[in-house]
Amino acid sequence: MDIERIGERAGAAIVPVGGPWSPPRTEPGGAESVSLAIIGSGGAGAMRAGEILLDVAAKTGFFGLMTRAMGPQIRGGEAAALLRIATAPVSSLDDHFDLLIALDWANFSRFAAELPLAATSLVITDQDEGEVPVAIGESGALVAALAMKKLARAVPGGRANMIALGAAAALIGLPAALVTEVLARQLGRKGEAVLAASAGALALGEKAAASLPPMRRLAAPPAAAGTRWNISGNQATGLGALKGGVSFVAAYPITPATEVLEWMAPALAKTGGMLVQAEDELAAINMVIGASFAGAPALTATSGPGLALMIEALGLAVASETPLVVVDVMRGGPSTGIPTKFEQSDLDIAVHGLHGDAPHLVLAPNSIGDCLTTTQWAVVLAETLQTPAIVLSDQALGQSRAVIAPPPPPPTLPGRLIATAAEGAGYQRYALTARGVSPMAIPGTSGTTYVADGLEHSARGAPSAQASDHHAQLDKRARKLETFDYGEPWADLEGEGEIALLTWGSATGPAREAMRRARAAGLAVRLISLRLLLPAQPARMAAALAGVRRLLVVEQSHGRQFHKFLRANYDLPAEVAVISRPGPLPIRPADILARLATWE
Amino acid sequence: MPDIPVSTAPVLTVQDFKSDIKPIWCPGCGDFSVLAALTKAFAELGRPRESIALISGIGCSSRLPAYTSVYGFHGVHGRALALAAGVKLARPDLTVIAAGGDGDGLSIGGNHFLHACRRNVDMTYILMDNQVYGMTKGQASPTTAPDWCESKLTPEGPGISPIAPLPLALAAGVNFFARGFAGNPNELARLITAGITHPGFAVIHVLSPCVTFRAEQRAWKQAVHALDGAPATDPVAAMTRFAGDDGFTTGILYAGSNPPFMPERQSAMLAADFEPGFVVERQGVG
Repeated sequence: MDIERIGERAGAAIVPVGGPWSPPRTEPGGAESVSLAIIGSGGAGAMRAGEILLDVAAKTGFFGLMTRAMGPQIRGGEAAALLRIATAPVSSLDDHFDLLIALDWANFSRFAAELPLAATSLVITDQDEGEVPVAIGESGALVAALAMKKLARAVPGGRANMIALGAAAALIGLPAALVTEVLARQLGRKGEAVLAASAGALALGEKAAASLPPMRRLAAPPAAAGTRWNISGNQATGLGALKGGVSFVAAYPITPATEVLEWMAPALAKTGGMLVQAEDELAAINMVIGASFAGAPALTATSGPGLALMIEALGLAVASETPLVVVDVMRGGPSTGIPTKFEQSDLDIAVHGLHGDAPHLVLAPNSIGDCLTTTQWAVVLAETLQTPAIVLSDQALGQSRAVIAPPPPPPTLPGRLIATAAEGAGYQRYALTARGVSPMAIPGTSGTTYVADGLEHSARGAPSAQASDHHAQLDKRARKLETFDYGEPWADLEGEGEIALLTWGSATGPAREAMRRARAAGLAVRLISLRLLLPAQPARMAAALAGVRRLLVVEQSHGRQFHKFLRANYDLPAEVAVISRPGPLPIRPADILARLATWE
Repeated sequence: MPDIPVSTAPVLTVQDFKSDIKPIWCPGCGDFSVLAALTKAFAELGRPRESIALISGIGCSSRLPAYTSVYGFHGVHGRALALAAGVKLARPDLTVIAAGGDGDGLSIGGNHFLHACRRNVDMTYILMDNQVYGMTKGQASPTTAPDWCESKLTPEGPGISPIAPLPLALAAGVNFFARGFAGNPNELARLITAGITHPGFAVIHVLSPCVTFRAEQRAWKQAVHALDGAPATDPVAAMTRFAGDDGFTTGILYAGSNPPFMPERQSAMLAADFEPGFVVERQGVG
């Protein structure tokens, strides 16, 4: 292919590298989904460019998803904004990226595996920012050069990420004017000089795109009306907590959960509540227990290492029947693991971590929007059942943004059963009721004083080492969770057929898309995505699996934690296969379809 | 946050603040006197039972809440101060007391002690110090002398310096520090009352003998002596003044004036009011 020059001051050249390039598949009327990645060193502005692009796509009427791939460094590490923009809601990233724009290649090797390319992909490189990595050439993608940094210098204060943003918008078919408008709104307070520089760089990027090879462009946005949100999973978790009635949060900062806290701190202060930054996770969970004991629905958010520190106190919440919610935004483990990247490997500790027989709730949102619904449900469930709930989100949900329809609310529940002064002198905090839930007195109520205790206790709350009290209270605490009717939200059930995909949490996204693609291709596949992990729901699962001959379990852990959990709690069909891939490599729809194909 | 009106109850006696549960403490334990002093302070303060929350961790002394008739929480080892802070922050209308031993508060809970001093939530901490782990049958605690050789765990003595709670608390920014002796429950009740009424975080360090594992502590009766003069009010002056303290000076040793920690909150918005912030303003769509 010939080298082609564009621009007056800086050159952009199309440089073929590696194998033969396949011209992009062009759909009549445009593509229903386009995927792109903007990568660079941390601080180069790749994330910012990605967020603006998603915002523009949303304002244009598209749906979309943006996840982040980051290193642990605050500045100078690797950073990638991974986007998918589509005419319909998207649940996961696609199998590969149609467009990859590299502001530089400095840290590419650290996340190359997270950026799959196809022979139809277009890669844009800045020839002044290092050699194109061999892996890119091997993919067969077409590589085009665009001197983004040099171009940006043509505009006083211009930055390469704005060149990339302008070029990306133009290449995939998003309106340039809207990009400038979004930018103007975001920069608002930063003044006209910054805006002028950015707008100038944007225009140059857009202009340069005209000379770059064409690629798949988006179809017209859907005309359908209806409200849409642009929200991250961690924000949705915070909003869900607030909607559930949480008025007290104590927490210790930890990646990748901190954004839940950052969103909630001012929101709580404006809604009559508060967020307290504790000295460690041990203090955080115990403050939460104290606040809940005092009558305030309470929550903390953390990640694996923090959850490990909170486990002893969670046992206290079980024994003392103190409602609370712990959100665990999971990251790679064990130990410090990979703080900035996702994994579904805290299932074991969430389900089994507590010592003693300690029945509690474990829930998991299965999409970015569902972070709201499931967290809100967890708060009202914990309050209703007077027990701790662990919500297992993860980095892939929490730190990703999506353009979605507003999430539906969870079922309405009665909330905390509160004892009144009318209980009188015979008040028993841990009374043995038929459904296991007993009225909880809130300090300030006269005549119902009691001592909440982690020691085994009698019905009135006096410490007791007697077998009869122990057995009665164990039964009570198990009964209240086992006999409760959790209703339809226990799982998302979609489709029908003899093949089922059984999954949970963020692995649901690719499984859902794989199911839809399989069904479009004529394969009868159903999806079962568990939202309620504990307590297990054997009767509901048996109904969901009725008629299933083959089961494919889809999870993101190395140790098959979900598969083992299923085997321990449920009767599974005879033929079971498992896709269990540890983070940070997401399972892609094509991986699931490929496994299904081996069954045909 | 719940809005539960605190009733105006009739005047209550010391006995009204005790429960009918028999303490597990050994005969002669100093903690009996602490219970007596605490309930005396409650009666003197004239606050209704339901307006008080007594929070503890684990250990002999942490059994205290069950022996009173106020609201209580007997939590996990070392975390009483964190749990108590959660209660007070959620419900500023309550009188919140945390109680526990030297192991609970200065060893496993040492970090929370530091941060409770600097956070200065308006609550009172009764630190019952007997320089031994009683509940696990006599091991060295963080306040045990390095040459105490009576434990099978440390037959040559713990060999490390004991923590002195006063300078530790002063260094961490404590707002009120008093020391009392279980053998003088009337003075102790006065100190507890002073701690409760002083704004901010108050530490009541109680010398509370363990006659089972530290029989020699019976001699504390002769060792204690009242503070000569008024309490220190400046932390730097207090540090100097008590540099040579023998650990047996009783009374209000330090009374500072740091403002208590209580975050501002407004009830200006509802959860649903935050939803519009996420709504996409689509071009060409009304």
